Amino acid sequence: MSSVLYSHGMPVLHPTTIEEATSLLAADPDAMLLAGGTDAMVEINDGHRRPSGDVVALSRIADLRSWRHDPVAATLTIGAAVTYTELMAEPLASLVPALADASRTVGSPQIRNAGTLGGNLGTASPAGDGLPVLAALDATVTLTSAAGTRSMPVIDFMVGVKRTAIEPGELITEITVPVVDGWQGYAKVGVRNAMVIAVASVGLVIDRERQSVAVALGSVGPTILRCPDAEAMLAASINWASLTATPDALEEFGALVAGASRPITDHRSTADYRRHAVGVLAKRLARRAARPGDDQRGVAR
Amino acid sequence: MNEIFTLHVNGEERPVRDSWLGENLLDVLRDRLGLMGSKGACEQGECGSCSVLVDDELVCSCLVMAASATGQAIVTVEGIAPQGAPSDVQQAFVDAGAVQCGFCTPGLIMAVHDLLERSPEPGDTEIREELAGNVCRCTGYGRIIDAVQQVAVTRRSGRNGQETP
Repeated sequence: MSSVLYSHGMPVLHPTTIEEATSLLAADPDAMLLAGGTDAMVEINDGHRRPSGDVVALSRIADLRSWRHDPVAATLTIGAAVTYTELMAEPLASLVPALADASRTVGSPQIRNAGTLGGNLGTASPAGDGLPVLAALDATVTLTSAAGTRSMPVIDFMVGVKRTAIEPGELITEITVPVVDGWQGYAKVGVRNAMVIAVASVGLVIDRERQSVAVALGSVGPTILRCPDAEAMLAASINWASLTATPDALEEFGALVAGASRPITDHRSTADYRRHAVGVLAKRLARRAARPGDDQRGVAR
Repeated sequence: MNEIFTLHVNGEERPVRDSWLGENLLDVLRDRLGLMGSKGACEQGECGSCSVLVDDELVCSCLVMAASATGQAIVTVEGIAPQGAPSDVQQAFVDAGAVQCGFCTPGLIMAVHDLLERSPEPGDTEIREELAGNVCRCTGYGRIIDAVQQVAVTRRSGRNGQETP
């Protein structure tokens, strides 16, 4: 590997292109990837992890820091190193409002300035705030290595608690989501209103054009869960002309979501509470979706 | 040990000669460079007492790998204002009684400078949300919020004064 890529002769490497990064990874598949550092540095500070080989910092790769909107295909492709702060700002916030909602609930301004969407996906915590939204949007993730590029649905990429389908030498380069016509949102509960890891979370996406509903759950299973039964039930119950649903339908939707959850009891909460909470959150989001006039979006922002 | 690199801190090039790979910026600032203003408490981004600016972005220095911050402009609380001449935010904290034990103060000073750059006249809710990552165990936050609003008012009258001299 070329020593010219070393910064000041020490092993934190600052590639500026994806190609440089993947060739560094090909040379040292054990190299540590460093995105925003908000997960990795906690592990290092706690002594749970110690970089032994090279550290490849991703923050100076312009292609990972950018995004592109394709109005014809109605897609938004987000570079893996785009931060939560950037996702909360226009025009991204209007293109994918649920992702902006979720980003706003991540940590504090300090964390949102550093943490990235690609890092959220790479860590693949069941509590990752961006992940239920990506799952509900049927997002795809693009992985790039020196050998080439492949894409897969985000829901298939997350295979377990903090486990993904990434292969050695691969880098998460971008995430593509559809720009959907319809209400979408994210809600979570935790022990505080801010700076909190989700005890239960829900992403909801209503697609008016396809007359479909997508709902995905966080922190109530080993990975993010979709709820096909609840989705089909609500899609069949919504009056698509007026975008309303009956209170009974919303109630049933919440119950089906709770039933689809697979929570455990741990130091953060109990399985019973999580199952209850995820049903309430789903019902609450569906009520906002079905009665847009009562939407709190924009208030106290 | 003995990772060698140079950081750009408060306008100066500061060589770091004895760091270890993975060492966080907070520890390098305090233990290697002798800048004791930034405080360390949680070491996991929860408390905000280590807040600094890196390339104008407010971050927790405990979550920045120091050796990854080469070539970036780092500003700590020591770089906010010359010694003996506090910034308007620092003075407002003193005037409003927003400092008690003082441990969280440097992080809050950095966060408030950053907040008022982005939002010159924040409302009460906005201040609380924006400062949610800075934990204070003494004040109950009321006087901190008073201090922020005091700076906003003073800066606004300053701006108005310039517009209509």
